[in-house]
Amino acid sequence: MNSFMKWFHKWGSPPWFYRVSGKMLPWLTGLFVITLVYGLYAGLVLAPADYQQGDSFRIIYVHVPAAWMGMFIYMVMAAAALVHLVWRMKMADVVLISSAPIGAAFAFIALVTGSLWGKPMWGTWWTWDARLTSELLLLFIYLGIIALHSAVEDRQSAGRATAVLTLVGVVNIPIIHYSVVWWNTLHQGTTVMRLDGPAMAPEMLWPLLSMAIAFKLYYVIVMMLSARGEILARETKSRWVRELVGGE
Amino acid sequence: MSVWQAFIELLKRDLRLAMRRRAEIANPLLFFVMVIVLFPLGVGAEPNLLERMSAGVVWVAALLAALLTLDSIFRSDFEDGTLEQLLLSAQPLSVMVLAKVVAHWLVTGLPLLLVAPLLAMLLGMKPAAMGTLMLSLLLGTPVLSLIGAIGVALTVGLRRAGVILSLLVLPLYVPVLIFGAAAVDAAASGLPVAGQLYILAAFLAMALSLAPVAAASALRISLS
Repeated sequence: MNSFMKWFHKWGSPPWFYRVSGKMLPWLTGLFVITLVYGLYAGLVLAPADYQQGDSFRIIYVHVPAAWMGMFIYMVMAAAALVHLVWRMKMADVVLISSAPIGAAFAFIALVTGSLWGKPMWGTWWTWDARLTSELLLLFIYLGIIALHSAVEDRQSAGRATAVLTLVGVVNIPIIHYSVVWWNTLHQGTTVMRLDGPAMAPEMLWPLLSMAIAFKLYYVIVMMLSARGEILARETKSRWVRELVGGE
Repeated sequence: MSVWQAFIELLKRDLRLAMRRRAEIANPLLFFVMVIVLFPLGVGAEPNLLERMSAGVVWVAALLAALLTLDSIFRSDFEDGTLEQLLLSAQPLSVMVLAKVVAHWLVTGLPLLLVAPLLAMLLGMKPAAMGTLMLSLLLGTPVLSLIGAIGVALTVGLRRAGVILSLLVLPLYVPVLIFGAAAVDAAASGLPVAGQLYILAAFLAMALSLAPVAAASALRISLS
C-alpha cells in the first residue's frame, strides 16, 4: 500500500479523525478569525464604494462566498458519497451528512442576501433569474437529502441511501442549471442589470478572496465539530470513546 | 431463462396485475383532468390567458399525476415480498427495474398522453401545437417514470414515503418540465421545435441508461 492510500485510510478511522480534528480545530479557528476580520474590515470599510452601485455592492462579500460554498459543499458531499459507496468508509458517511445542513444554510444565505441586494438594485425582492432559480433548486435538493436521511431509521441504510441520492443529484445539477439558464433566456430577455461592469479593482477583490477562504474554513470547522459529535454518538460503545470520557 | 425473456415475463406480469385493478389506472387520469380543470377556475376563463398558459399547465399536471402514481412501481411488490425474490434472482436487477418502469409507464404515462390533447383543447391550445404536445409527452413522461423509480426505490421501506418522495423527485423533474413546456410553446408560436425535442430525447436516452442502475442500487439499500 503506498503512502497516499495509507493516509487516505487513516481518515477513514473515527478515532484518528477525532484526534486529528481536535488538534486542527484551534489552528483552523485562528485562521478563520484572521481571514474573516481582514475580509470584513477591508470589504466594508477600506474598499471604495462602487461608482454605479454605491455601498450596496458590499453585500457581495457575504453573498458571493456563500453562493460559492453552496456549490462547493455539494461537490464535497458527492465525493464523500462516492467514497462511501465504493470503499464503505464510515467517515465519508459522517462527512456527507454533517455537510448537508451547512450546504443548505449557505444556499439559503446566498438566496436571502441576493434578494436583499436585489431590492435596491433591481427594484424587486425576487426575479426569476437563472442563477437565483438554480440556487433555489439546489436548496431544494439539499433539503431532500436531509429529509431522506432523517426519514430512514436504520443508520447504515440511511447513510447509503443518502449517498445514492447525492450522486443522482450531482448528475442532475448541471442539467438543471443549464435548463434553467436556457429557460430564462427563452422566457424573458435579460432585463436585469448584470455585474458585467469593469473588472474588479484589487482593493475590492482581495477582501472577497479573503472572505471566500474564511467561509471555507468556517465550513471545515463546523463540519468537523458536527462530525465529532456524530462519531461520538455512533461509537458510544467502543473502547476509545469510553476511555475518552473516562468511563469504566 | 435469458435476460430478455425475464424482462418480457416481468413486464407481462406487471401489466396483468394492473389490468386486474383498473380503478388504479383510472384514478391518476381523473386527477390529471381535475388539476387542469382547476386552473381556469382559479385564474379566470380568459381565453388569451388560458391559451398562453396551456402548455405549462398540461405539463405541470402531467408531472403531478406521474408523481402521484410513482409509489405503485415498487410498493405492492415490496409489501408481498416479490421485490426480495427479484433481488435474489439470477437476472440483473437493473433490467428487472427497467421492466417494472416500462410497465408503470404503459399503465400511467401512456393514458395521460392520450387524454392530454383533449384537455389542451379545453384550455384553448392552438391545434398546431397538439402534435408537439403529444410528442413531448411521449419523450418526457418515460423520463418522469425513470427518475421517479430512483426516488421510490430510495423510499420504499419508509412508512410515510409520499411527501419525502415528492421532495426528492420534483427538483429532478425541472429540466423535463422546462423543455417539455418550451417545445409546446414554441410550436404554438410557429417556431421550430426540433431542438427542444432532441434535448428531451437526450434526457430519455440518459435516463434509460442510468436510472435503472441507480434505482437498482437504491433498492438493494432499501431492502438490506
